[in-house]
Amino acid sequence: MDYSNLRRQIIFMKKSFFDQGYLDEQFNQLEELQDESSPNFVEEVVALFLKDSPRLLINIEQAIEKYPQDFYRLDSLVHQLKGSASSIGAVRMKNECSVLKAHGNDKNLEGCRRSLQKMKREHATLKQKLESYFQLLRQVGPRNSAVNSRK
Amino acid sequence: MSTGPELHVLAVDDSLVDRAIISRLLRSSKYQVTTVDSGKRALEVLSLEREVHMIITDYCMPEMTGYELLKRVKETAELREIPVVIMSSENSPARIRRCLEEGAEEFLIKPVRPSDVSRLCSLLLPTVAMTMAMR
Repeated sequence: MDYSNLRRQIIFMKKSFFDQGYLDEQFNQLEELQDESSPNFVEEVVALFLKDSPRLLINIEQAIEKYPQDFYRLDSLVHQLKGSASSIGAVRMKNECSVLKAHGNDKNLEGCRRSLQKMKREHATLKQKLESYFQLLRQVGPRNSAVNSRK
Repeated sequence: MSTGPELHVLAVDDSLVDRAIISRLLRSSKYQVTTVDSGKRALEVLSLEREVHMIITDYCMPEMTGYELLKRVKETAELREIPVVIMSSENSPARIRRCLEEGAEEFLIKPVRPSDVSRLCSLLLPTVAMTMAMR
């Protein structure tokens, strides 16, 4: 197996996530926490996020679509989603949460709907990109996946 | 680190993702960690036999906020000496002031970084270790 080629691909892929604004420095911080005792830490945390966030998105939609709208609950849900997105370095999602929060505070229903649709797309894209990334990493194996961008 | 009993940190956060992260941050600094998802569960852990040497808690939690947990800890004779650190995504001076006035040792802005946690632990836990050694 050509590890050097795979490693190049991985580094390039990760760089593109940063260049296109999907991820920020927080993601690097998490990768730095990986070691022999926790070699797949980032993948595990991202998996937790991807498992937990759909529920939040559904609840956000319900808060918007029910009548009367529950803007209070919406704010709380978006706050939660923003927090977890921020914790894994998912900066586009974090920013869209700020937009959604602002629309909610203005009680701008159409704004909320548009923002939520955008959020769902961002979520799907992020999921697809990160899952490809981790799949590549798994091919290289934990020993060879020193993809710290500081190197 | 030391030959004595290991230092035990209680981490409180309602977010699954953040619990995983704070737990890893603390474990990589070689501390024993217990994570719970609410202030209520934190108080349950604190009432058990096993000693807790530091509490690190999120501010925004349903039912009991980190601030309310801080107050409960500081109001309880057996618990008030335990250093409490608050984490929050909101950089609100009023909130920070209130927590520090209530006795929090530190207020960290989320997302919490490894350097924040190691700085914190080296700040607070040697004092605890010293206190333990003096008993």
